[in-house]
Amino acid sequence: MSDSTGGAPDSRPVKLSCRNIWKVYGNDPAQFFDKGDGKVGDPDAHTARIRDEGHIVAAGDVSFDVHAGEIFIIMGLSGSGKSTMVRCLSRLVEPTAGEVLLDGENLLTASEKELIEIRRHKMGMVFQNFGLLPHQTVLQNVAFPLKVQGVGLAEREAKAREMISLVGLDGRENAFPRQLSGGQQQRVGIARSLCVDPEMWFLDEPFSALDPLIRRQMQDEFVRLQTMLHKTIVFITHDFLEALKLGDRICIMKDGRVVQIGTPSELVLNPADDYVAEFTEDVPLVRVIRVRDVMEPITGDAPGDGSSVSPDMCLEEILPAFAGTDRPLVVRDGDGKAVGRVTPAGVVKSLAAGEKRQGAAQGAA
Amino acid sequence: MNGLPSKLDRTAVMWIGLAVFAAFCFALRGELRWLSDYPGTLVIPLAAWLNVVMTWFVSTFQFIFRGISAVMDVPMAAIQAALHWLPWPATMAVFTALAFRAGGWKLALFTFLSMTYMLVTGYWFESMNTLALVGVSVPLSIAIGFGLGVLSFRSDTARKIVDPMLDLMQTVPAFAYLIPILLLFGFGPVVGLIASAIYAAPPMVRNTILGLERVPPEIRESGQMSGCTNRQTFWLVQLPTAMPQIMVGVNQSIMAALSMVIIAAIIGGFGDIGWEVLSTMRKAQFGQSLLAGIVIAILAMIMDRVSRGLTDLERNLAYSQLPPKQRHGHWIVAGIVAVAAILLAQVFPELKVFPDEWIFHHAVSLWLNAGIDEIVRNYSAVLDGIKNSANFFVLLPLRIGLIKAVYPKFWGFAMTPEIAALYWGAAILLLGYCVWKGKKSLAIVIGIATPILFWGLNGTPWPVFIALVGLTAYLAGGWKVCAFAVASLVFMLVNDLWEETMRSVYLCGAAVFLCFVIGGSLGVWAAHSDRVSAILRPVNDTLQTMPQFVILIPVLMFFAVGEFSALLAVILYAVVPPIRYVEHGLRNVPAHVVEAAKQIGCTPRQILFEVKLPLALPVIMLGLNQTIMYGLAMLVIAALVGTKGLGQAVYLALGKADTGMGLVAGLSIALVAMTADRTIQAWSNRKRKALGL
Repeated sequence: MSDSTGGAPDSRPVKLSCRNIWKVYGNDPAQFFDKGDGKVGDPDAHTARIRDEGHIVAAGDVSFDVHAGEIFIIMGLSGSGKSTMVRCLSRLVEPTAGEVLLDGENLLTASEKELIEIRRHKMGMVFQNFGLLPHQTVLQNVAFPLKVQGVGLAEREAKAREMISLVGLDGRENAFPRQLSGGQQQRVGIARSLCVDPEMWFLDEPFSALDPLIRRQMQDEFVRLQTMLHKTIVFITHDFLEALKLGDRICIMKDGRVVQIGTPSELVLNPADDYVAEFTEDVPLVRVIRVRDVMEPITGDAPGDGSSVSPDMCLEEILPAFAGTDRPLVVRDGDGKAVGRVTPAGVVKSLAAGEKRQGAAQGAA
Repeated sequence: MNGLPSKLDRTAVMWIGLAVFAAFCFALRGELRWLSDYPGTLVIPLAAWLNVVMTWFVSTFQFIFRGISAVMDVPMAAIQAALHWLPWPATMAVFTALAFRAGGWKLALFTFLSMTYMLVTGYWFESMNTLALVGVSVPLSIAIGFGLGVLSFRSDTARKIVDPMLDLMQTVPAFAYLIPILLLFGFGPVVGLIASAIYAAPPMVRNTILGLERVPPEIRESGQMSGCTNRQTFWLVQLPTAMPQIMVGVNQSIMAALSMVIIAAIIGGFGDIGWEVLSTMRKAQFGQSLLAGIVIAILAMIMDRVSRGLTDLERNLAYSQLPPKQRHGHWIVAGIVAVAAILLAQVFPELKVFPDEWIFHHAVSLWLNAGIDEIVRNYSAVLDGIKNSANFFVLLPLRIGLIKAVYPKFWGFAMTPEIAALYWGAAILLLGYCVWKGKKSLAIVIGIATPILFWGLNGTPWPVFIALVGLTAYLAGGWKVCAFAVASLVFMLVNDLWEETMRSVYLCGAAVFLCFVIGGSLGVWAAHSDRVSAILRPVNDTLQTMPQFVILIPVLMFFAVGEFSALLAVILYAVVPPIRYVEHGLRNVPAHVVEAAKQIGCTPRQILFEVKLPLALPVIMLGLNQTIMYGLAMLVIAALVGTKGLGQAVYLALGKADTGMGLVAGLSIALVAMTADRTIQAWSNRKRKALGL
């Protein structure tokens, strides 16, 4: 249910761990927490109590782990606490209680000086409205994180040029932010956030301020960058389709609380409640359900002689292979090892189950 | 749905209650003298107390302020000496180059011609003195303003102290705090310097706070995530982002300092250009006064354009991307000219001091004086006609009421009981018609205007006026605004300034009304015609950069000293906000609403009155607010040309170095301004919310 971390256990090490984070606004938020760790017996009751006393719970008992190299998405509508959460992770907002462990060390007990060092070397962040310095050129903006560290001019500009080239803005180094389009400005924001080679990459609704077409381009660009860079990513969005498209796992928030955490197909096939189900209602299942979700174990000795597919492909991509045949497809992992098989019947069964669930949700709504 | 009619009823009951109360007061004011004249025994001698405090303060701490005075004198004397030592071609070259950098060829040419004007009219020396004064006071006020701005941005405690101070300093007329400055710092140019530094600091403080507050949180956060320390976040991220707004403050500070330097000439005249204007004005030598006044006006324009150009971000960016040759060319030329002038000046003294024979100042001013005399003589009938009609048909009725103002010589009939009855009968009929038609606002206006026009503001008992203002304030902004308004008026009452206040309210009210009629029409016209807008814009800019002082000169030339001249001067100065705000308000009515109205089939007239004006009303009301502020500010300056009112009280106090009277009267003006400000703001905000803007 709500505390499930979902999916097959991820073998990758945990990079960032967020444990029982609370952010309460009001006159005296500290009164609600005896200990700093944010562990309370009944979080729902506790949240209700805090709200009854005229305080605002922007984030209540939020816990999740982000694995190295994972794209972890926090999805929610405005006011759900998602922006507060990402700011708690970087301590732009000081959480009221809880723990944030980066590589096993508690970020919340770090001194001001240590925190600055962590931000300088381990974290990068992209903002919804870009957050570029209006008085600096593209080159100066991208080099800014290195400048504040005291890196020399030649070295930092060389690095910045490399980043600018990475995001495809060659030739615009001397432009000022206001001379660029929104998409270009966000490319600058991305280049700047990557300039210090951070391990953690926070993106706060990076594409929400862009036009739909540009947004799609930027999403593809983001995927391209991630396949090259393998950052550990926390990505905030209010767009469920964007979350499905980009995320390894998605955390859905509502009113400061976590509703469900899971992979895209888990959310679509097993929504925790009506709220989640409403989001998943119109999602085309063939794009969400992946081969690994419908894969059956190999029976018998021979893996079969059908064409082979990868476990990460979505059903939409393998459907053409069933045209004119009912032979199962062989699922092979990255090393070419056969790990399972997909049968037309299995695909149809899972799609039917999904449709049924979506229909039920629609009826309920 | 139940709340609405009952609330309307309540408002109506309040107005009717006020009417009954007013009728009672008007009826009894013959028997109960205190209704018209506040009893002298209940006056609080606040002014005298303030004087006692001030005397003690001066005798105890004067040495500190005199010390500051002496310190400030050093840089100013140095700049003055340098400007007087430099041969005039060198100074001209440097300033022309600066103007070129700030505004290109046009501004450079304007600056060059302006400085030539200063030379040939013989005001070079005085102009350089003024420049020296501004040259020290502006950096000083910018430094003070920036420091206070940053401090109040970072500390809530500081903010709580600075905010009301700013409010007061913007509304208390500068004359009023010239008096304590005079007592503390002594006479002389340094007083002007300190006064202008103090006067020019508030816009800098405001813009610094505003700029820093408006830095989007994301930009600050992006700095923090880039690994900035607190200090780096402030200096490298927040401050540069706020810079454009802070630069607006710099420009406003410069303009304020300049206008104050001229006002300060009244106490610390020392051969600067302000003193030149003032002394010739006092001697009624309007030719000279005008020539010197033009120097001030062009100085103001140059400073405004140059400081705006130098602080224009776009311009600076473009400039920084030019090749070095183009970037430094004008400086090199100016340098060569300056050095050559300095060297040549050793041989040719003409370059050092512009020779008297070359100045055609005296001839021009004599010619101007004669010309003005000629015009005034030839057109005296017309000029007197204008002046008298304004006096007898507008000003006097407003002040002493139709009951006293109407007499046969000008009106052609006397205020006989029959005519009075006719007046009242017509008013009541009109009122009844408005009530019957449901035009409530119009009914209220008629209800207020009828008795006030009949008896005049002078003849209106003070409890009626206080009740009227209190009720208006209450309906606009609730109990708090009402309490403030009533307390302000009571302050004037108990300080025995009621008559002066009414004089100011009446003159300012008349001016504001006329400004709105004139400026509002122009604004409507400008909103519908790009050409009119393009013509009005430079006129507005010029009237706004013109130091208030200078506006008095042409008015005085034609209409001599008196209340009408003051009225005209106030109108000239305060007509700009209604033009601007009305145009702005009308032009910014959402296009889709206008489109919808057109589609429905409204005539242009209907669109204006039914759609655009109601939607633009909140903005227009802010314009009214500005007009009142401008009017009150100018009213104080207009005291120089003979008004009777709070401004005159301050001005007289200045002459007698009467701190207490000056502060109390100055504070009264501030309170009038703040009452109007709060009432109108409250109304405008409510209206804006109601319109969903």
